[in-house]
Amino acid sequence: MSMTLTTRQVGDVTVIDANGRITLGEGSTAFREKIRELSASGNKKVLLNLAEVNYIDSSGIGELVSGFTTVTNQGGSFKLLNLTKRVVDLLQITKLYTVFEVFDDEAAAIRSFN
Amino acid sequence: MTQGSDSIHTDIRLDSKLESVDRGEELVLEAARGIGFDEDELHRIGIAVRESLVNAVTHGNRFHGRKKVHLRVLISPEQMTVEISDEGTGFTQAAVPDPLSSENLLKHSGRGLLMMQAFMDEFSVLPRDAEGTLIRMVKKRHPG
Repeated sequence: MSMTLTTRQVGDVTVIDANGRITLGEGSTAFREKIRELSASGNKKVLLNLAEVNYIDSSGIGELVSGFTTVTNQGGSFKLLNLTKRVVDLLQITKLYTVFEVFDDEAAAIRSFN
Repeated sequence: MTQGSDSIHTDIRLDSKLESVDRGEELVLEAARGIGFDEDELHRIGIAVRESLVNAVTHGNRFHGRKKVHLRVLISPEQMTVEISDEGTGFTQAAVPDPLSSENLLKHSGRGLLMMQAFMDEFSVLPRDAEGTLIRMVKKRHPG
Protein backbone atom coordinates (compact mmCIF):
# COMPACT_ATOMS: atom_id res chain seq x y z
CA MET A 1 0.00 0.00 0.00
CA SER A 2 2.80 2.43 0.81
CA MET A 3 4.82 4.18 -1.83
CA THR A 4 8.54 4.36 -2.53
CA LEU A 5 10.38 7.06 -4.43
CA THR A 6 13.84 6.43 -5.82
CA THR A 7 15.82 9.11 -7.59
CA ARG A 8 18.55 8.69 -10.18
CA GLN A 9 20.49 11.15 -12.27
CA VAL A 10 20.55 10.88 -16.07
CA GLY A 11 22.83 13.68 -17.20
CA ASP A 12 21.36 16.81 -15.67
CA VAL A 13 17.86 15.32 -15.40
CA THR A 14 16.64 13.92 -12.09
CA VAL A 15 14.40 10.91 -12.65
CA ILE A 16 12.06 9.95 -9.83
CA ASP A 17 10.90 6.33 -10.03
CA ALA A 18 7.66 6.07 -8.06
CA ASN A 19 6.19 2.78 -6.92
CA GLY A 20 2.89 2.30 -5.10
CA ARG A 21 -0.09 4.54 -4.42
CA ILE A 22 -0.01 8.32 -4.25
CA THR A 23 -2.87 8.98 -1.86
CA LEU A 24 -3.68 11.24 1.07
CA GLY A 25 -1.28 10.47 3.91
CA GLU A 26 2.12 8.86 3.58
CA GLY A 27 2.18 8.62 -0.21
CA SER A 28 1.42 12.24 -0.97
CA THR A 29 3.57 13.51 1.92
CA ALA A 30 6.57 11.50 0.70
CA PHE A 31 6.12 12.90 -2.77
CA ARG A 32 5.82 16.51 -1.52
CA GLU A 33 8.98 16.13 0.57
CA LYS A 34 10.91 14.67 -2.35
CA ILE A 35 9.99 17.60 -4.59
CA ARG A 36 10.94 20.09 -1.85
CA GLU A 37 14.27 18.33 -1.37
CA LEU A 38 15.05 18.37 -5.11
CA SER A 39 13.98 21.97 -5.42
CA ALA A 40 16.10 23.05 -2.47
CA SER A 41 19.15 21.40 -3.98
CA GLY A 42 18.65 23.22 -7.28
CA ASN A 43 17.34 20.38 -9.48
CA LYS A 44 15.47 22.10 -12.26
CA LYS A 45 14.88 19.18 -14.63
CA VAL A 46 12.60 16.61 -13.05
CA LEU A 47 11.12 13.55 -14.75
CA LEU A 48 8.57 11.57 -12.75
CA ASN A 49 8.33 7.92 -13.79
CA LEU A 50 4.85 6.62 -12.91
CA ALA A 51 5.18 3.18 -14.55
CA GLU A 52 4.62 1.43 -11.21
CA VAL A 53 1.85 3.72 -9.97
CA ASN A 54 -1.67 2.48 -10.58
CA TYR A 55 -3.56 4.48 -8.03
CA ILE A 56 -3.61 8.22 -7.42
CA ASP A 57 -6.38 9.98 -5.51
CA SER A 58 -7.25 13.68 -5.65
CA SER A 59 -4.68 14.42 -2.97
CA GLY A 60 -2.02 12.69 -5.08
CA ILE A 61 -3.16 14.62 -8.16
CA GLY A 62 -2.81 17.78 -6.07
CA GLU A 63 0.78 16.82 -5.24
CA LEU A 64 1.60 16.28 -8.93
CA VAL A 65 0.22 19.75 -9.67
CA SER A 66 2.18 21.26 -6.77
CA GLY A 67 5.33 19.51 -7.96
CA PHE A 68 4.77 20.94 -11.43
CA THR A 69 4.21 24.51 -10.15
CA THR A 70 7.10 24.35 -7.65
CA VAL A 71 9.61 23.30 -10.30
CA THR A 72 8.31 25.55 -13.09
CA ASN A 73 8.12 28.59 -10.78
CA GLN A 74 11.84 28.16 -10.24
CA GLY A 75 12.45 28.20 -13.97
CA GLY A 76 12.64 24.42 -14.30
CA SER A 77 10.67 21.67 -16.05
CA PHE A 78 8.61 18.89 -14.52
CA LYS A 79 7.53 16.10 -16.89
CA LEU A 80 5.79 12.74 -16.60
CA LEU A 81 6.92 9.36 -17.93
CA ASN A 82 5.18 6.00 -18.48
CA LEU A 83 1.66 6.71 -17.31
CA THR A 84 -0.58 3.70 -16.77
CA LYS A 85 -4.01 3.74 -18.44
CA ARG A 86 -5.63 4.45 -15.09
CA VAL A 87 -3.45 7.48 -14.43
CA VAL A 88 -4.09 8.76 -17.97
CA ASP A 89 -7.80 8.40 -17.22
CA LEU A 90 -7.44 10.53 -14.10
CA LEU A 91 -5.43 13.23 -15.83
CA GLN A 92 -7.97 13.38 -18.65
CA ILE A 93 -10.92 13.67 -16.27
CA THR A 94 -9.20 16.47 -14.38
CA LYS A 95 -8.09 18.19 -17.64
CA LEU A 96 -4.48 17.97 -16.50
CA TYR A 97 -3.34 15.75 -19.36
CA THR A 98 -2.71 18.84 -21.46
CA VAL A 99 -0.93 20.66 -18.63
CA PHE A 100 1.81 18.07 -18.16
CA GLU A 101 4.29 17.06 -20.81
CA VAL A 102 3.91 13.28 -20.98
CA PHE A 103 6.30 10.68 -22.47
CA ASP A 104 6.24 6.93 -23.04
CA ASP A 105 9.94 6.70 -23.87
CA GLU A 106 12.57 7.64 -21.29
CA ALA A 107 15.31 8.52 -23.78
CA ALA A 108 12.96 10.86 -25.66
CA ALA A 109 11.86 12.40 -22.37
CA ILE A 110 15.47 13.04 -21.32
CA ARG A 111 16.30 14.57 -24.72
CA SER A 112 13.28 16.91 -24.46
CA PHE A 113 14.85 18.75 -21.51
CA ASN A 114 17.68 20.07 -23.65
CA MET B 1 -32.17 5.19 -6.96
CA THR B 2 -32.10 2.18 -4.70
CA GLN B 3 -34.53 -0.59 -5.49
CA GLY B 4 -36.60 -2.83 -3.27
CA SER B 5 -34.51 -5.88 -4.16
CA ASP B 6 -31.27 -4.33 -2.85
CA SER B 7 -29.76 -6.07 0.15
CA ILE B 8 -27.55 -4.48 2.77
CA HIS B 9 -23.92 -5.60 2.45
CA THR B 10 -22.43 -3.08 4.89
CA ASP B 11 -23.92 -0.76 7.49
CA ILE B 12 -21.18 0.57 9.73
CA ARG B 13 -20.13 3.66 11.66
CA LEU B 14 -16.48 4.55 11.25
CA ASP B 15 -14.26 6.79 13.37
CA SER B 16 -13.23 10.10 11.87
CA LYS B 17 -9.68 8.97 11.09
CA LEU B 18 -7.76 8.42 7.88
CA GLU B 19 -7.48 4.71 8.74
CA SER B 20 -11.26 4.52 8.31
CA VAL B 21 -10.85 5.54 4.68
CA ASP B 22 -8.82 2.41 3.89
CA ARG B 23 -11.25 0.22 5.83
CA GLY B 24 -14.31 1.72 4.15
CA GLU B 25 -12.78 1.41 0.69
CA GLU B 26 -11.97 -2.26 1.34
CA LEU B 27 -15.54 -3.00 2.50
CA VAL B 28 -17.02 -1.41 -0.61
CA LEU B 29 -14.57 -3.20 -2.90
CA GLU B 30 -15.43 -6.50 -1.24
CA ALA B 31 -19.10 -5.87 -2.04
CA ALA B 32 -18.27 -4.79 -5.60
CA ARG B 33 -16.14 -7.88 -6.23
CA GLY B 34 -18.96 -10.05 -4.94
CA ILE B 35 -21.34 -8.87 -7.64
CA GLY B 36 -18.79 -9.15 -10.41
CA PHE B 37 -17.37 -5.71 -11.22
CA ASP B 38 -14.13 -6.02 -13.22
CA GLU B 39 -10.73 -4.66 -12.14
CA ASP B 40 -11.07 -1.33 -13.98
CA GLU B 41 -14.50 -0.73 -12.47
CA LEU B 42 -13.18 -1.69 -9.03
CA HIS B 43 -10.48 0.94 -9.44
CA ARG B 44 -13.03 3.63 -10.30
CA ILE B 45 -15.35 2.60 -7.47
CA GLY B 46 -12.43 2.56 -5.03
CA ILE B 47 -11.35 6.08 -5.94
CA ALA B 48 -14.90 7.50 -5.79
CA VAL B 49 -15.51 5.93 -2.38
CA ARG B 50 -12.12 7.00 -1.10
CA GLU B 51 -12.75 10.62 -2.13
CA SER B 52 -16.12 10.63 -0.42
CA LEU B 53 -14.76 9.07 2.79
CA VAL B 54 -11.83 11.50 2.88
CA ASN B 55 -14.25 14.41 2.54
CA ALA B 56 -16.46 13.04 5.32
CA VAL B 57 -13.51 12.55 7.70
CA THR B 58 -11.60 15.75 6.89
CA HIS B 59 -14.11 18.39 5.71
CA GLY B 60 -17.30 17.00 7.28
CA ASN B 61 -16.31 15.69 10.70
CA ARG B 62 -12.92 17.46 10.76
CA PHE B 63 -11.33 14.43 12.50
CA HIS B 64 -13.67 14.99 15.50
CA GLY B 65 -13.21 12.21 18.04
CA ARG B 66 -16.93 11.75 18.75
CA LYS B 67 -18.29 12.21 15.24
CA LYS B 68 -18.78 9.18 13.03
CA VAL B 69 -18.86 8.51 9.33
CA HIS B 70 -21.77 6.26 8.36
CA LEU B 71 -21.12 3.88 5.47
CA ARG B 72 -23.92 1.85 3.94
CA VAL B 73 -23.54 -0.42 0.94
CA LEU B 74 -26.58 -1.88 -0.80
CA ILE B 75 -26.20 -4.48 -3.49
CA SER B 76 -28.34 -6.18 -6.09
CA PRO B 77 -27.31 -8.24 -9.11
CA GLU B 78 -27.65 -5.08 -11.25
CA GLN B 79 -26.01 -2.38 -9.18
CA MET B 80 -24.30 -1.23 -6.03
CA THR B 81 -25.38 1.79 -4.01
CA VAL B 82 -22.92 3.43 -1.61
CA GLU B 83 -24.11 5.95 0.97
CA ILE B 84 -21.60 7.92 2.99
CA SER B 85 -22.69 10.47 5.56
CA ASP B 86 -20.95 12.65 8.07
CA GLU B 87 -21.98 14.74 11.06
CA GLY B 88 -20.51 18.03 9.89
CA THR B 89 -22.12 21.33 9.00
CA GLY B 90 -22.96 20.34 5.43
CA PHE B 91 -22.05 22.07 2.19
CA THR B 92 -23.64 23.47 -0.93
CA GLN B 93 -22.51 21.68 -4.04
CA ALA B 94 -23.10 24.76 -6.20
CA ALA B 95 -20.65 26.73 -4.04
CA VAL B 96 -17.78 24.35 -4.76
CA PRO B 97 -15.40 25.94 -7.31
CA ASP B 98 -15.23 24.22 -10.69
CA PRO B 99 -11.87 22.39 -10.74
CA LEU B 100 -11.91 22.36 -14.56
CA SER B 101 -12.02 26.12 -15.01
CA SER B 102 -8.73 27.66 -16.08
CA GLU B 103 -8.29 29.65 -12.85
CA ASN B 104 -8.63 26.47 -10.75
CA LEU B 105 -6.80 23.98 -12.95
CA LEU B 106 -3.50 24.30 -11.09
CA LYS B 107 -4.97 24.43 -7.60
CA HIS B 108 -3.77 21.82 -5.16
CA SER B 109 -7.21 20.57 -4.12
CA GLY B 110 -10.88 20.57 -5.09
CA ARG B 111 -11.09 17.59 -7.49
CA GLY B 112 -12.77 15.03 -5.20
CA LEU B 113 -16.39 15.66 -6.20
CA LEU B 114 -15.40 15.67 -9.87
CA MET B 115 -13.77 12.25 -9.51
CA MET B 116 -16.80 10.80 -7.69
CA GLN B 117 -19.12 12.04 -10.42
CA ALA B 118 -16.85 10.83 -13.21
CA PHE B 119 -16.38 7.33 -11.82
CA MET B 120 -19.91 6.47 -10.67
CA ASP B 121 -23.13 6.24 -12.71
CA GLU B 122 -25.22 8.26 -10.28
CA PHE B 123 -24.10 10.81 -7.73
CA SER B 124 -26.19 12.92 -5.39
CA VAL B 125 -25.73 15.10 -2.35
CA LEU B 126 -28.74 14.72 -0.08
CA PRO B 127 -29.79 16.91 2.83
CA ARG B 128 -29.97 15.19 6.19
CA ASP B 129 -32.65 15.85 8.80
CA ALA B 130 -30.26 16.68 11.61
CA GLU B 131 -26.86 17.75 10.34
CA GLY B 132 -24.13 16.77 7.94
CA THR B 133 -24.05 15.54 4.39
CA LEU B 134 -25.17 12.30 2.79
CA ILE B 135 -23.52 11.32 -0.47
CA ARG B 136 -25.25 8.61 -2.47
CA MET B 137 -23.44 6.99 -5.37
CA VAL B 138 -24.64 4.21 -7.63
CA LYS B 139 -22.56 1.98 -9.89
CA LYS B 140 -24.41 -0.19 -12.37
CA ARG B 141 -23.21 -3.45 -13.76
CA HIS B 142 -22.90 -3.48 -17.49
CA PRO B 143 -23.02 -7.15 -18.50
CA GLY B 144 -20.65 -8.29 -21.21
